[in-house]
Amino acid sequence: MEWLNWFAAFENTKPLALVILFVTFVLIVYYVFGSRKRGERLESYKNIPFLDDESETKEDKK
Amino acid sequence: MAATMVSGTEQYNFEIVKKFSIMAVVWGLVGMSVGVYIASELAWPIMNMDIPYITFGRLRPVHTSAVIFGFGGSALFATSYYIVQRTCQARLISDGMAIFTFWGWQAAIALGGISYMLGYTQSREYAEMEWPIDILIEVVWVTYLALFVGTVMRRKQPHIYVANWFFLSFILATALLHTFNNLAVPISLFSMKSYSLFSGTQDAMTQWWYGHNAVGFFLTAAFLGMMYYFVPKQAGRPIFSYRLSIVHFWALSFLYMWVGAHHLHWTALPDWTSTLAATFSIMLLLPSWGGMINGIMTLSGAWDKLRTDPIMRFLIVALSFYGMSTFEGPLMALKDVNALSHYTDWTVGHVHSGALGWVAMVSFGSLYHMIPKLWNTKIWSQKLIEIHFWFATIGVLLYITAMWISGITQGLMWRAFDQFGNLQYSFVESVAAMHPFYAMRAIGGMFFVTGMSMMFINVMMTIRQGKREAAKLHAASHGKMADMASA
Repeated sequence: MEWLNWFAAFENTKPLALVILFVTFVLIVYYVFGSRKRGERLESYKNIPFLDDESETKEDKK
Repeated sequence: MAATMVSGTEQYNFEIVKKFSIMAVVWGLVGMSVGVYIASELAWPIMNMDIPYITFGRLRPVHTSAVIFGFGGSALFATSYYIVQRTCQARLISDGMAIFTFWGWQAAIALGGISYMLGYTQSREYAEMEWPIDILIEVVWVTYLALFVGTVMRRKQPHIYVANWFFLSFILATALLHTFNNLAVPISLFSMKSYSLFSGTQDAMTQWWYGHNAVGFFLTAAFLGMMYYFVPKQAGRPIFSYRLSIVHFWALSFLYMWVGAHHLHWTALPDWTSTLAATFSIMLLLPSWGGMINGIMTLSGAWDKLRTDPIMRFLIVALSFYGMSTFEGPLMALKDVNALSHYTDWTVGHVHSGALGWVAMVSFGSLYHMIPKLWNTKIWSQKLIEIHFWFATIGVLLYITAMWISGITQGLMWRAFDQFGNLQYSFVESVAAMHPFYAMRAIGGMFFVTGMSMMFINVMMTIRQGKREAAKLHAASHGKMADMASA
């Protein structure tokens, strides 16, 4: 279990955390903006709040 | 994408949304009125009237709890139940659980307020409620989590709309914050008094880890969920960029957890913790402004709505205040700026530019959009919304301007030295210098409460109008059926 001591030192964990978190952020940004096809699919979700508009209009007319 | 059509009231549980919406307006009026009263006590101390129950120290948590948890919390319960049902196209999984969250939450706010006036407090910022009320909140919150997640799981829509991500992040983070910040040992089973599990610097750290994340997740992430639904709905066009909303969500959720220690600069806290919090606070500017730009740009191509639609104006001005206060926050988190601003009224002004400008205004816009739909009618008076908007805006501006001047003056007076190295001003001199600004702040609050009263009247009249229309419709359909039966 000696290897666990490595994590107890800030000079080790700070750069490690930086690398892990920065890579995660880059992966999220790549996932979101990296592919045109996926981008179009993701952008199509913006219409979800309007999917029940027809029933809402019907209710308004009642 | 599944486009399932729904049939309004039967498909969804709107009764619970109605209940929470009404209580949001009621608590808003109560909490803000108490706020104006305590602001007046600071300006004119005679208003304490030597009655211990209504002194500033006891009424202040009544104000904060009523506006944050009563008004803000009820508005969030209402809008999250509304949004999760409409965007998942699924009814809440349990009406019983929903009604339990309503009565449990209202009881916690009311009991909290009464206990503060009687002098019971944990003395923890935004978490003054003693242990029995904390346990009640814990049970309510876990029920809320189960209800929300259960409803998301039974969705007919394959994708979970981004507003629900923000709500889920808020529910999870609040559960975590509430649990750990309130770890305490009661002195006996039948006593309200308890002592925190933490002490010293650790206690301060825990309190501000909670305190700032209450701002981050309760007052920001959750209201962003509100924004991501109601801004597109009111504008009649989808959010500017869905992909930006995804990056906004992950960046905001990750960064907020680290910044609480900026409330403890220049204290016994380790210096690296302080620096870490300041660094993350600066980074937080990016997702905050990304979200603000995403919301405001949704109106791109329909800017005329700002002139014609007072609800849209509430929502967009709320986003502008969000942008302003999320710029001011990182600025104040810098150690050198904080040396001047900390413990002064500047902090109070900053909190209120967020609380009144962002949280209250986005709630007003959302409730004005949602309430007529819930009661299947039109708003009683569009003109009154317009007037409310101006009262609210003037109120916030008076408030924050007064607190900026007062706070910076305080900071400068406290650090001024004479040529012999002694403090130039006594503390009481700085208090006397604050008087005109305290009066100005109270007047700003009066403007805001007047606007809130207009909203209360408008909402109650809209509900009455909706009920009357429903009764007329009901009577007409009964008449028709009777005619058909007699023929």
